[in-house]
Amino acid sequence: MRAGLGDLVPMTPMTALARWAPAVALAAAFCVPALGSRFYTFVANDVVIWALFATSLNLLVGYTGLVSFGHAAYFGIGAYTTGLLMKKAGVSFLLAFPAAGGLAGAFALVFGFFCVRLTRIYFAMLTLAFAQIVWAICFKWNEVTGGEQGMPEIPYPDFGWLERLGAAVPAVAGWRTAEYYYFLTLVLVALCLWVLRRIVGSPFGRILTTIRENPERAEFIGVNVRRYELAAFVLAGVFAGLAGGLFGIFNRGVFPDFAYWTKSSEVLIMTLLGGMGTFFGPGIGALALILLNQQIVSYTEYWPLVLGTILVVLLFGFPGGLAGAAIALWQRARRRLRGA
Amino acid sequence: MPDPSFVFAQSLSGLTAAMFLFLIASGLSLIFGVLRVLNFAHGTFYMLGAYSAYQLVQWLGPGPGRFWIAALGAALAIAVLGGLVERLLFRHLYGKEELYQLLFTYALVLILSDVAKIVWGTQQKSVSRPPELTGSLSLFGAIVPHYNLLILLLGPSIALAFWFVLQKTRAGRVIRAAALDRETLGALGVNVDRLYTLVFMLGSFLGGLGGALIAPMRATVPGMDTEIIVEAFVVVVIGGLGSFWGTFLGALIYGQVLSFGILFFPRFSIFAVFALMAAVLIVRPWGLLGRPLQ
Repeated sequence: MRAGLGDLVPMTPMTALARWAPAVALAAAFCVPALGSRFYTFVANDVVIWALFATSLNLLVGYTGLVSFGHAAYFGIGAYTTGLLMKKAGVSFLLAFPAAGGLAGAFALVFGFFCVRLTRIYFAMLTLAFAQIVWAICFKWNEVTGGEQGMPEIPYPDFGWLERLGAAVPAVAGWRTAEYYYFLTLVLVALCLWVLRRIVGSPFGRILTTIRENPERAEFIGVNVRRYELAAFVLAGVFAGLAGGLFGIFNRGVFPDFAYWTKSSEVLIMTLLGGMGTFFGPGIGALALILLNQQIVSYTEYWPLVLGTILVVLLFGFPGGLAGAAIALWQRARRRLRGA
Repeated sequence: MPDPSFVFAQSLSGLTAAMFLFLIASGLSLIFGVLRVLNFAHGTFYMLGAYSAYQLVQWLGPGPGRFWIAALGAALAIAVLGGLVERLLFRHLYGKEELYQLLFTYALVLILSDVAKIVWGTQQKSVSRPPELTGSLSLFGAIVPHYNLLILLLGPSIALAFWFVLQKTRAGRVIRAAALDRETLGALGVNVDRLYTLVFMLGSFLGGLGGALIAPMRATVPGMDTEIIVEAFVVVVIGGLGSFWGTFLGALIYGQVLSFGILFFPRFSIFAVFALMAAVLIVRPWGLLGRPLQ
């Protein structure tokens, strides 16, 4: 590939920042509990989990060009898996967490097998139908899922080992359980995002982008489009399931509306708000939306009205989302600098 | 074996539900057929239709015939609202990706349902049945309120009227042509922009009318919009997106599956309708009576 002019220009402070931003963000996130506010830690934990959920959806919508209206299904399946395993079967988090991803992935494999055979609106409708099936099961199967009432009091993972470790390393000792859980979430989500980043940067990820841009051409050059789409569907399901598993514990309970269709549109909005064309866009969207929500709900109960208005402004004014708008702004500034 | 009058009553209640769903879903299907977009806000139009009917009944006061004026007025108000939304906002998204169009209609759901909350509060509102139809009838041992009976007649009549307009009139032919080929129709000198607004208004009218007519039967509450829209999606998907008789058939199937599902497998009736939707999409994505999209 021919090197663009941009590659020859020495690294400016901004591009260096962009390269190190994820590490800086992670380090900053680790410091949140040190602020000493339970509330900040709570909000940060919420953001981190939703960031993973939204990024998993972006693998489908942003990278592969498949608009799923039922992504909440896998989030819900993951949440119920860890919830059931940890509360009813007493299984350790160490097993229950991967199980959430595994089961969600298994469902995504079955559902996705049918979904990728359809295109566009039919694809969206079938993902919605499957998600509603999952919701209906969670809603009605009282014996197992607790039905409409959901399943409260999901236990936290056991952090005894951390406290024992604290005897040797003072920095580890003396945090609240919710804060230990936040650190754990942070590590796991950072790992998941790293894996996802590797996936979209790999040749496999490039083929997904090719499929998004032109499925016919991808087919012509010998790509089995359906199989790749199914693989993306399953991967997105796995990571949504992991996010759901983390969320159920964080939320101290699992409820059927985790899988309801409005949840699927919430995560779509987040992805769009942050910017679908970029890897970290959905995470930024999760951050922006949750912070905004916390601000707005202290003034008014009409959060949906605000959210709807933001969405309209976004669709008409900034279809690239926050990340897209930032990139456009940055490029314009750079052009002007170079022109001067 | 449950006794026959009970089965009859149950299927009649399924049929009534089907007629409402048909009214609403036919609006959704019409808009999809011509504009090629699934309008999430259609359920919200239905809810606003119910609230508007309630409001108009309050203003008009009791008296014979007042309810019908209120219902018609509510449906017209929703049609105007739909027309405004299409003309001022939605129009600008036609060339964009489908996702943006879907999310725009979802933004409308969020905004309009909160506006409804601001105007009418969260307390449920109820409209009493029109005085001329408060009685009921005994049919094969089942008690059927007159109002439900009227709905049972109204559903098919509106369906037939609608079908007649689409098949036999010039306007109907133009609408059907728009569903098939927008560019050619424009080249033939038809004002396609205006046609789209009209179709959107007509679809919204049907949604609003459904809401206004259901107001005397069920309480009008926030949240009824997100519930009905999924049901309407199921109906149009089963019958075939954009297919008129398909929507009718889909509504009938939905009504019966739901009312008998509740009777025999109360736990699985919701599950059954979505399973049916998924099954239809897998086997015949374009629905039982629809045509595949090219």
